[in-house]
Amino acid sequence: MNEQEILKTELRWSAIVAGAIGVIVVVIVISSAAMVLHPPSNIEPIDPTSLHREGEFVEANLGSIENPDGSITVRIVATQFAFLPRCVPVPVNRRVVFRFATPDVIHGLLISGTNVNTMVVPGYVSQVNTVFPEPGDRFVPCHEYCGIGHGGMWSIVRVVSEEEWQPDSNGRMTCEFPH
Amino acid sequence: MNSRTSELIRAHLWVSFFAFVIAALMGAAQMLARSELTAPAERPETYFISVTAHGTLMAYVLPTLFFMGFGYFIAVTALGRDLPSMKAAWTGFWLALVGSLMAAITVFLGKATVLYTFYPPLTGSAFYYLGLVLVVAGSLIWVGIMFVAMRSWKRDNPGKPVPLAMFATVASAVLWLWTTAGVAAELLFQVIPAAFGWKQTIDVGLSRTLFSWTLHAIVYFWLLPAYIAFYTLLPQAAGGRLYSDTMGRLAFILFLLYSLPVGMHHLFMDPEHASGFKFLQMMLTTLVTVPTLLTIFTISASLEIAGRLRGGTGLFGWIARLPWDRPMVLASGLAFVMLAFGGFSGIINMSYGMNAMVHNTSWVTAHFHLIFGGSVVIMYFAIAYEIWPKLTGRTVASEMPLRLQLWLWFIGVMTMTLPWHVLGLAGQPRRVGTFDYSVPEIAWWGPWTLVSTVGGALMFASAVIFIWILLTRYRTTTQPVAPMTYALAVHPPRRLPSALNGFALWNWLVAFLMAIAYAYPIAQFFIIDAPQALVHGA
Repeated sequence: MNEQEILKTELRWSAIVAGAIGVIVVVIVISSAAMVLHPPSNIEPIDPTSLHREGEFVEANLGSIENPDGSITVRIVATQFAFLPRCVPVPVNRRVVFRFATPDVIHGLLISGTNVNTMVVPGYVSQVNTVFPEPGDRFVPCHEYCGIGHGGMWSIVRVVSEEEWQPDSNGRMTCEFPH
Repeated sequence: MNSRTSELIRAHLWVSFFAFVIAALMGAAQMLARSELTAPAERPETYFISVTAHGTLMAYVLPTLFFMGFGYFIAVTALGRDLPSMKAAWTGFWLALVGSLMAAITVFLGKATVLYTFYPPLTGSAFYYLGLVLVVAGSLIWVGIMFVAMRSWKRDNPGKPVPLAMFATVASAVLWLWTTAGVAAELLFQVIPAAFGWKQTIDVGLSRTLFSWTLHAIVYFWLLPAYIAFYTLLPQAAGGRLYSDTMGRLAFILFLLYSLPVGMHHLFMDPEHASGFKFLQMMLTTLVTVPTLLTIFTISASLEIAGRLRGGTGLFGWIARLPWDRPMVLASGLAFVMLAFGGFSGIINMSYGMNAMVHNTSWVTAHFHLIFGGSVVIMYFAIAYEIWPKLTGRTVASEMPLRLQLWLWFIGVMTMTLPWHVLGLAGQPRRVGTFDYSVPEIAWWGPWTLVSTVGGALMFASAVIFIWILLTRYRTTTQPVAPMTYALAVHPPRRLPSALNGFALWNWLVAFLMAIAYAYPIAQFFIIDAPQALVHGA
């Protein structure tokens, strides 16, 4: 083969590469723009040293609460080595906004069987929106190393039916961690 | 090669392989701990010490010392001259060795159980981080020697193309220099002052961003020796020629450009960055696939030349004619298979939306064990087998144990990682020592984890065989060992534009891309008056 022929095959392959990458980019752009799939990116600073004393992450304000518009807000503190509270109930088919913060080190979590996944970084509130279409317990492991006790840091999201969703007069509901 | 240089290179490779076999044992033990079986000393402290040691030795010691040794080998054999300074090279070696020992001993004493990715505001003993700084310092001496070696060769050979193997090595050295800047800033300005107790708080958003600067480029640094072997050793081992020398240069330049401004894809799920820069770096990440796809083409074409020269015909007939019994050819074939699996999962990882399904699950562990543990390390084996006779003057009587070792590694990697994909999609988190398999929802994970444990054991067995082969299978014979040669291109370049023969232009381009990708994401922490986190002892 002479050099011109080699170059021609290489240019042809480059076109195939460009096409393949083009397809990948189009799929990603469509899924993120049209389906509004964005990772948690709210850049909402919070002072990790005082969040347990003041603001929305004080102990009395943690857990699930129903908002006037029917959506649910869940506030969870991730700390060495537990999520507070360890069990949160949410109703099926409602918009749920999770808000996480930590007073100590880096944590992370996912809710099994969903695409809820976020890091929890000291200094920032992580916020994730989701809807649970099926009732049942979802496991929530801490997925980022946070110290020796990391492996025992699990909690539960309990998805309940509309009938079982019985918040108190403040719109709050709690549940018990089973194990 | 003179014996002094050979001694230098072997010293690097032995430190690298010794660290490797220790870390492989740790890895196999971790698989046992995660399974339903009981591992020795199965306690969280032991598990996380083991994970920290495994990561530190595999990520910082094995590839760095390997590439330093391999780089010296290439500089001496491809340029056909001695190293510019043996004294500097030995200084680099001792710094790296002392640093490795310092870091490893601190970890094994349980004083720095922070995993190899640090996670400030968790902090361990300052000796751990200082050890790693010494390893990097040693490797930067190597970078300097590579620069000087290429420059003085160019001065003595004006207008001549730098041999591809050396060009690629210097590209990797340039990449390494850029790569280390992020982690060096994190360690020197944030983590080490905190570890000494000089600072009580850490800006965690900033430290994660600085580490992400290093975190993707470093894996390409680990990978590049494998690519150097694909371009400069494999075509010749297969009995053919390199299809295109220019395409090889281009691939290494593209690795230099695109493996750096993409590190924020490790921070997709982080709350301290806006989606705009995540999106930008995701788009740049798609471009990292380009040099690999170009390589697949060039190497396939080179192998086709070899297969046809050996009498292969038809569309695919040449594949069967390749000399698969040669370790370099076999390892490359197996590396490509693992690269295909790992590349596929990598495209899922970098996709912004889909990443949420797999972030920090066993899926990701599967991805990088396929690419680094699989494709890259199997090529380290093949490179060692290729250059060992040149270093020692000894050869193997039979290549059978070498083939067995390579196959065992491949089977081990595949057995270990395939279940991790399934478990990762089911939400099994990484970096967890034990699971309570009596919980009904995760009971089915048990058997899959057991399969991975078998894979880990096979890999450890293969690692031990590798060391055994290097120690005992190479023997002195009456046959002299032929001097080292590198693959010839179909059309060897006679003259090259300076852009394909040096890195000045590309350094400016890297600086430009890094400014676009990282200037604001780093500056924002000084603009928004970022909150500080209290330092926590690990």
